[in-house]
Amino acid sequence: MCLAVPAKIIDKKDQLAVVELSGVQREVSLMLLPEAEVGDFVLIHAGFAMQIIDQEEAEKTNELLKEMNSLA
Amino acid sequence: MPEAKQDTKKIASFLLQEIDRLITKPVRLMEVCGTHTVAIFRAGIRQVLPSQVELVSGPGCPVCVTADEYMDMAIAYAKRQDVIIATFGDMLKVPGSTSSLGEAKANGADIRIVYSPLESLEIAANHPDKKIIFLAVGFETTAPTAAATVLSADEKKLKNFFVLSAHKLVPPALKTLLADPEVKVDGFILPGHVCAITGEEPFQFLPEQYHMPAVVAGFEPLDILQTVYLLAKQIHDGKPNVENEYKRIVKKNGNPVARQMLAEVYEPVDAIWRGIGPIPNSGLRVKERYQAFDAEVALPIEVETTVKQTACRCGEVLRGLIKPTECRLFGKACLPEHPIGACMVSVEGSCAAWYKYGSGRYQYGTGNN
Ligand code: SF4
Repeated sequence: MCLAVPAKIIDKKDQLAVVELSGVQREVSLMLLPEAEVGDFVLIHAGFAMQIIDQEEAEKTNELLKEMNSLA
Repeated sequence: MPEAKQDTKKIASFLLQEIDRLITKPVRLMEVCGTHTVAIFRAGIRQVLPSQVELVSGPGCPVCVTADEYMDMAIAYAKRQDVIIATFGDMLKVPGSTSSLGEAKANGADIRIVYSPLESLEIAANHPDKKIIFLAVGFETTAPTAAATVLSADEKKLKNFFVLSAHKLVPPALKTLLADPEVKVDGFILPGHVCAITGEEPFQFLPEQYHMPAVVAGFEPLDILQTVYLLAKQIHDGKPNVENEYKRIVKKNGNPVARQMLAEVYEPVDAIWRGIGPIPNSGLRVKERYQAFDAEVALPIEVETTVKQTACRCGEVLRGLIKPTECRLFGKACLPEHPIGACMVSVEGSCAAWYKYGSGRYQYGTGNN
């Protein structure tokens, strides 16, 4: 039930954003994430954007894993 | 991307090697979240972990822990001619004490499945002569969406929208589990999307009061392996802590806007968890200021509850005491199409996940396929 999916914001008007979700455009509420901007990747749950996905962190995890990999 | 795939494989085998090296005695790690249960099955993680590491499912499926009394009340509302029930689809099959919403729907009740609670506001605007009741279930991830919906309804001055709240909070449930001497857990895989809202702080009591390792986890196979690795390190070093493996989503302080909205609309209340019983301050009720939107207050209803006796062992499953296959109804009288207990209803319920992905293919804890 706490399933949430990532999507990119392609348009924003007040508290509503249009995101692209597996090729389909969908409106989601930004009430819980007013700071999100067009271009951000956000996590969507029950029609709301819940959190901005930190791209730097997303890559850092990979780097970290790669580093550990090289230790092996 | 064959190269990326190769990398993933290498990283996974490195993590597994390390887990094997760090864990020198049998440990039980509990995944709290139903989405993790499913992710773990899908990726076949139990099969690849060293046999010393046992993963057990916890109480982390909101549908599974929703009490009979709540379902009975929802069904009673659904039977009223002037009511439309708006709900997430999962709730239709959840058994109440004598019936289910699915049955009520088949008998003509107006029950609509929504993807977002906001859709119930549209239904309310389109049906001014009806009362729309949204079944507000879910943990800290979902509760803010219901709170935001109540605030929107307030702003729109809707008079025919209500919530019937059965939200649950995760930290009090973990406290109750840890106070139970029967429950044996050596570390927690914390629910990433709950923490995306709450942040890390509400889980600090795990290491501080219970000396319990805890790692906030994402939902990709590598996230879960890395989480088990971090837990293994904490266990090995004897230094329990709340670590965050899911930094791309979970900020240290979570989502303050969502938390503030939640606190504006709801306040903690004692709540009954199916199979576990009452847990202090583990639920949410609508605050007085928004009581006009609280179905229980604004539309009181008489509900007959009958105490139901079944051999369902959901309560033990939810506390990680038995695996679903140990229930004698599992896969026989109790099936996803015909659930006896709520753990068989949602795909994220432990029994349903075991039935779909586990049964017959893997012997729990033995490492045998
Ligand atoms: S298999 Fe069915 S009856 Fe048995 S514990 Fe699970 S939900 Fe309850």
